[in-house]
Amino acid sequence: MTDRKEHHSMSAISAADLAPTPYAWQIRATGLKVRAGRTRLAVDGLDLSLGTGVTGLLGPNGAGKTTLIRALATVLRPAGGSLELLGRSVTDRGEHRALRRRIGYLPQEFGYYKRFTVREFVEYMAWLKEVPKADVPAAVQRAVERVGLADRADERLKTLSGGMVRRVGIAQAIVNDPAILLLDEPTVGLDPAQRLRLRQLLQELGTDTCVVVSTHLVEDVAAACTDVVLFDEGRLVFQGTPGDLAAAGGPEHVGDSPLERGYSALLQGPEQGRGTW
Amino acid sequence: MSAEHAAARLIDAYARGDTHIAADEVWALEAHLELCRICRDRLSAATAAGAPAVTAVVDAVWADLEPRLAATAPHRRLRPARWPRWLTPTMVPWLATVMSVTLFALLFDLTGTGPGHGPGAGRVPLVLLLAPVLPVLGVAASWSRGLDPACELTASTPRAGLPLVLRRTASVLAVVVPALLACGWVTGVTAGQWLLPCLAFTSSALALGGVVGVTRAAAVLITVWAAVVVAPALATSRTPLVLHTDGLPVWGLILALGTGAVIARKGAYAGPGALR
Repeated sequence: MTDRKEHHSMSAISAADLAPTPYAWQIRATGLKVRAGRTRLAVDGLDLSLGTGVTGLLGPNGAGKTTLIRALATVLRPAGGSLELLGRSVTDRGEHRALRRRIGYLPQEFGYYKRFTVREFVEYMAWLKEVPKADVPAAVQRAVERVGLADRADERLKTLSGGMVRRVGIAQAIVNDPAILLLDEPTVGLDPAQRLRLRQLLQELGTDTCVVVSTHLVEDVAAACTDVVLFDEGRLVFQGTPGDLAAAGGPEHVGDSPLERGYSALLQGPEQGRGTW
Repeated sequence: MSAEHAAARLIDAYARGDTHIAADEVWALEAHLELCRICRDRLSAATAAGAPAVTAVVDAVWADLEPRLAATAPHRRLRPARWPRWLTPTMVPWLATVMSVTLFALLFDLTGTGPGHGPGAGRVPLVLLLAPVLPVLGVAASWSRGLDPACELTASTPRAGLPLVLRRTASVLAVVVPALLACGWVTGVTAGQWLLPCLAFTSSALALGGVVGVTRAAAVLITVWAAVVVAPALATSRTPLVLHTDGLPVWGLILALGTGAVIARKGAYAGPGALR
């Protein structure tokens, strides 16, 4: 009987689940350039390969994190270089539609319709993401439960707190079971308990999804990420595990934790402490 | 038994909770059961026949659950309003504006107090002057970064693009055109005079929108129309030349060109270009 119990949680496997993936990396950028606004190159010659797991995108404000995430979400078109998502190049427009069905995206400024209930909004997003009609109610319920909002699902968004709205944003990002999940500053506005819960959710999602989390909080990276990408002035400064990042710093560097010291060591290099901020 | 269904031996063993079935067999069987109604029916028959203990448990659970299920109100299926698929909530105020402008134009025309009614001059119905650009106001809100808070999210979804913009435009036209038809009927303006210019403006707004952004395109077209046609018409109290029935072939041409441009550049609406 115990044997059976274990197997009950598994669901049927379709041919699509068993098909081999035709790509090595979910995200692969070579010499990627992306403009923010008309002229400024916010991402300038980035080489990056990301696979399954949770990648923390760290960098100071203005480093180009949001621009990079928007390019990965196919909202911005690359100005140069190549960007392949799930083995398809984002520069051919014909591919966008199929590709976007498999991407989940939480923008930094998460805009929503205040008069919608949580369920209505997530359902609307599921419709925009072309989730098959028959699967929508279940997918919405699953997403809302995963972010712990099942008991508030029928309340209007304008009655929710900032942290809850952020969780609605995460729910809409995961409603289509994305292969690439892009979260821009997901921990903003969450209280410490909610942050812990989010890290747990990220770890769960990271087992079979390529999750990219942009953050400026070093401790989020330590707790939830399998991989760290350090990014400054549109270029890759460092890619490795959180352990590697910690190892890069020494006692002479600024910071309260090994990771923070690694962060400041890699970002500031020899000219330490340039500028007061 | 056909090759696509589970063996009776396997189903019987499964129903009994036989621990001797290999894990991979259990897995395959359960995967099959999820998809196959026939085998599920066979399983329940096998359970009833061969595993009285399981049946007893299931019956006990049902007996326990049924009174509570009866007491629970049936889940209110909160269907999201259908209209978000056609209109965003942010477009509603814009449509309301369009409708009230139409209503005021109608009131002015009916009472004869509008600015177009100089003493002794010919009457220029305001409804006729405004009709061509009114839908453009609604279209402006259909795909706009400044007006729609969920715009960034929408732009990253597979449905973003021309079909979504057209769907929203169609819903604007579906509201505005009948209202204008009614107003035209009351004031004696024939639909032939404004319907084609109205559609031509809508298609040009979309075509231009593919390049500079729909909202910006709408603003430009409305300004040009106000400066070139509405203002002189109000000043001279004469029906502007462009709204005479002779002008219809030109409007038809503009409509065709606009539609052609939209179709030719249909890929542009999925990207950020049309969204400003």
